[in-house]
Amino acid sequence: MKYFLQRVAFYLFTAWAAITLNFFIPRMVPGDPVQALITKFQGQLSSKAIESLYVLFGLDKDKSVWQEYLDYWNQLFHGDLGLSFTFFPTPVSEIISSSLPWTLTLVGITTVISFFLGTGLGVLAGWRRGSWADGLLPVTTFLSSVPYFWLGIIAIYLLTGPDSFFPSSGGFGSGLVPAWDQYFIPSAIQHSLLPALTILISSVSGWILSMRNMMVTVSSEDYITVAHAKGLSDRRVALSYAARNALLPNVSGFALSLGFIVGGTLLVEIVFSYPGVGFQLFQALGAQDYPLMQGIFLIITISVLVANLIADVAYLLLDPRTRKEG
Amino acid sequence: MTIPTSSLEQVIPGQGSMAQPEAGKPTKAKRQRFRFISNKKAAAGLIILGIYVVVAIIGPWVAPYDPDARGNDLVQPPSGAHWLGTTHLGQDVFSQLLSGTRSVMFVGFFAGIVATVLSVLIGVTAGYLGGRTDEGLSALSNVFLVIPALPLIIIITSTLESAEDWLIALVIGFTSWSWNARVLRAQTLSLRRRDFVDASRATGEKTWRVIVFELMPNLTAVIASGFVGTVIFAVLSEITLAFIGVTSGTTWNWGTILFWAQGQQALAQEAWWWFIPAGLAIAILGTALSLINFGIDEFVSPRLRSVGKTKIKTVDGRTVRMRIGFTPVLSRSAAPHTHASPTPVIRKEVTQ
Repeated sequence: MKYFLQRVAFYLFTAWAAITLNFFIPRMVPGDPVQALITKFQGQLSSKAIESLYVLFGLDKDKSVWQEYLDYWNQLFHGDLGLSFTFFPTPVSEIISSSLPWTLTLVGITTVISFFLGTGLGVLAGWRRGSWADGLLPVTTFLSSVPYFWLGIIAIYLLTGPDSFFPSSGGFGSGLVPAWDQYFIPSAIQHSLLPALTILISSVSGWILSMRNMMVTVSSEDYITVAHAKGLSDRRVALSYAARNALLPNVSGFALSLGFIVGGTLLVEIVFSYPGVGFQLFQALGAQDYPLMQGIFLIITISVLVANLIADVAYLLLDPRTRKEG
Repeated sequence: MTIPTSSLEQVIPGQGSMAQPEAGKPTKAKRQRFRFISNKKAAAGLIILGIYVVVAIIGPWVAPYDPDARGNDLVQPPSGAHWLGTTHLGQDVFSQLLSGTRSVMFVGFFAGIVATVLSVLIGVTAGYLGGRTDEGLSALSNVFLVIPALPLIIIITSTLESAEDWLIALVIGFTSWSWNARVLRAQTLSLRRRDFVDASRATGEKTWRVIVFELMPNLTAVIASGFVGTVIFAVLSEITLAFIGVTSGTTWNWGTILFWAQGQQALAQEAWWWFIPAGLAIAILGTALSLINFGIDEFVSPRLRSVGKTKIKTVDGRTVRMRIGFTPVLSRSAAPHTHASPTPVIRKEVTQ
């Protein structure tokens, strides 16, 4: 429990750091971005929107940085992330909440599948060294070096076309309205197959490699020798003794890879024009839509922190040592 | 703590005998270095990396065309004149690829150096000093560890007015040091209680001297592997930034090629020569760097080496699998073995 509370405290601290970072980054923008935007959206911005922009960019001359910082927090607690320029005058929070479920589903499902698949293959590759499983290594090395988005481009090039089962872009068929019905769900699944496959192929190799190396390290430990000596079946030793112990570093490595996978997913979404936050970020970048960019960064960071917390709970359940001191 | 000089004398048993290994020392060092190269993976990786470095240096000069020069052959497939075809403006893709190598390699290595220096400063200091310093620095690196790096880099770069290569490299370097710092801290923690460190402290060496001359040589492999890992990450990040169009766009790199290919519907035009070579260049560079890293890992911990054939067919047609820690003993007699030898466990592993 103490361990769990420590982790929660740490993630709260990290969230605070990320938000503070998010507060200071736009203050590095040279010149007066708000003025540039006001000229760009001649007459379209209400005075309230302009004021909110000045708070966001820290260009309010009358206030100290500290006062601005407090205002920023105040806005955040009211769920106000500012107004988007690209989809003016929609609030950023509304845009993000419409695109976040797409990304969460895509990343969530593929990451879980990729983790289990990769770990399973890693167990095999580590346990049966010198067999066909070693052939996985060069392939996975190559695949882990390929940028996610390039793999996506290749997938679109090779697998999509007018007659293909796989659609090349979008999150659901045209003419459909997002709803939980028998038309929308199959279409959404069909559209997500190729992006999911791309992320799966690129991310699975990391799990295979780390699990293989841990298996190799663990399998020369004394307790494995003892387990063999007791006459336990090879399968039992591999799974209950070696894999169980080799899994722990892989679970804690989950935290690190997650940020990387999320970064890759954003790019895959861009390539596939998938309606998630990555694609929104891309559009925001093109339009220099700073409020949207920052809102997306904040949401991504907080999602990653929550996922990390879940991974920590899993670790807590897997490793009895963390539970020892009550 | 003072040590009587007499015991110091004993620690170095005679300068005369030291002279002998002095002569043998270079050869030993050479052999060790040679052993790293003799690792097939590392050697292959270093050779490929060497080719990339050469291209990075001479690329812009040997490129057959100016990468910006427009021509009349629009979106042409590879031919004798344009080895990798042309773009929508008639630019030569091969020249763009060659010229772009320099920027990619520069950002990769520069960011790698920045991140490595930071990680050594923070990781080793935290590990060696311990206490409050350690807690503070560890918290800092953990924060950077869990904040997703790529979105952060994108956000920072997009606010920069002109994102030149060196600036991008700095941003990447400053956001990607944390993992190495954590590894180095753990390694330093395990080293700091060793006898040789205690000894050097006891002889009154200054803290920085203990760190630089006693600890650092033992951390070389970890630092090197961290450096290579960061270079991979930096290369991928830079290309990603160029691909989504947040870099300045005045210098060519492989991401810029992909940016234009994506923006100009190269896919719809089936212009495979436009986007496949750049991606392959990234993948091969990444593979080479990973191979070097495997080489380092295997050099440090020989257990990880991939073994040769482990399945052996015996004369009587049984298949036996070899494994670390086990010596398969085969005999025709069905009677169980009794082991009087000091070999810890001898296990028959007969499949089929």
